[in-house]
Amino acid sequence: MKELVCIVCPNGCPMMIEDMGTSIKVSGNRCKRGEEFAVSEMKHPMRTICSTVKTNFPKVPVLPVRVSEEIPKDKIFDVMREINKVVVTKPISIGDVIIENVLGLNVNIIATSNILKE
Amino acid sequence: MLNYDVIVIGGGPAGLAAAISAKKQGANVLLIEREARLGGILKQCIHDGFGLLRFGEKLSGPEYAWRYVDEFHQRKIDFNVLTYVIGIEKLEHKYLIRVVNTKGVVEYTSKTIILATGCRERTSKQVFIHGTRPSGVFTAGTAQAYTNILGQLPTKKCVILGSGDIGLIMARRLTLEGAKVCGVYEAKAAPSGLTRNIMQCLNDFDIPLYLSHTVTRLYGEERLQAVEIMKVDESMVPIPGTEEIVECDSLILSVGLIPENELAESLHVRMDSKTKGPVCDDDFMTSEPGIFICGNALHVNDLVDYVSESGELAGKAAANYCYESKEFVSFKIGKDLLYFVPQQISISQVSKPATLYFRSSQVLKKAAVTIKVNGKQIFEKKYSYLKPPEMETIKLDMSQFHLVKEDTLTVEVKGEKV
Repeated sequence: MKELVCIVCPNGCPMMIEDMGTSIKVSGNRCKRGEEFAVSEMKHPMRTICSTVKTNFPKVPVLPVRVSEEIPKDKIFDVMREINKVVVTKPISIGDVIIENVLGLNVNIIATSNILKE
Repeated sequence: MLNYDVIVIGGGPAGLAAAISAKKQGANVLLIEREARLGGILKQCIHDGFGLLRFGEKLSGPEYAWRYVDEFHQRKIDFNVLTYVIGIEKLEHKYLIRVVNTKGVVEYTSKTIILATGCRERTSKQVFIHGTRPSGVFTAGTAQAYTNILGQLPTKKCVILGSGDIGLIMARRLTLEGAKVCGVYEAKAAPSGLTRNIMQCLNDFDIPLYLSHTVTRLYGEERLQAVEIMKVDESMVPIPGTEEIVECDSLILSVGLIPENELAESLHVRMDSKTKGPVCDDDFMTSEPGIFICGNALHVNDLVDYVSESGELAGKAAANYCYESKEFVSFKIGKDLLYFVPQQISISQVSKPATLYFRSSQVLKKAAVTIKVNGKQIFEKKYSYLKPPEMETIKLDMSQFHLVKEDTLTVEVKGEKV
């Protein structure tokens, strides 16, 4: 039995997780997404990360970015190293891809602000 | 002098939603913002988790803001940025608003005003700490602006005082950027931030959370060199003999937010000592006719989705405001409630769901909120848990109870103490 608070949404359901060997039994969740989170948390925990990349625009020294999909929790710092290598030189838009398929994870790093276009 | 139906003060999520909503009702709207860009604090909240309720998506702060900024521009709503409101005067059936910007002093009149001025962080001046006054003591929001807007890491090794959500978010953010977060210290016995933020911001990165601990002294001349930590008792008084020194170059404060209401106070609107915001009715109107309030200026919300919702409702109400004198019934608010908003309900025969917001003052298990009219229960909602950091909302059509001015309206929460 393991206790876990769901982080999918602000409800933050307190869940109990029981590893039954072939399957995982989840209780306390108020929705399907909670069960999916609990199972994933036991087998291969995933997270999103948000950060900034450098630019060469003096008035906007950094541009906010995030991963387009969740990445494995144990890859967080590897992905951060890739993000920190980037320098944006063009006025890109919100949603534009900054790193395609980062570290072969099938996830892009995308811009989350339109500040360079404003 | 330009005249408007609705002038919105503040271009953050509450003000943007209010302006869009008032414009949709056909009102002539002006929005005034003191910063250079619209979007408010969301501009620096680059983490995700915004918009789950409104859009069913996990957006970052700038993305959430952009949805509203984009719609705001598409609707061609008038706005002034880099503009500061210096005074509001009450005239007959309208208000005069004096602002200052690069054009000098400009005056507008408006039938209604929506205050969407947000909230401010408590600073080190509002927390009692002994010792020297070196640099390196920041609020979490200031550390966030340095990191996410200016691209400057403000610390290499820090202590965070207070377990508010921004402090938790910054613990993760600074760790991702390579800083060492020695720990988050909270004077209360329970964390003030959301449980999900304790999980994903602290536990994921092995950042320790020390409950019933506080910072009691600062050391350092030019720059902070260390802080003294002490355990505190139930009344948050430091326990002698528990002193511990933690070396760090920064102390980051996440010790609470207070609604910003200088303008509301200048208009002498009635204030609520619990929310630190104005008293309002179910139309988000303050005690001054035609002055509306929304977002974190009304009460500090934990989700931006609720901020936008209140802006939207206030915008619609302001656009449809027509000087009618209203009668109200005030809620008698039970002592186990940290606060309850709106504090009063307008007496109306028109069917309309009121949106009610509350927090319990302590953690309660198997809890329920009940509303009574003259001692008779008219509404009950049950919760497995009620926690002070997690605000709850209720939608309830109050007109169905045919309230009259003499009625006694009470709201209470009950539950097992944890």
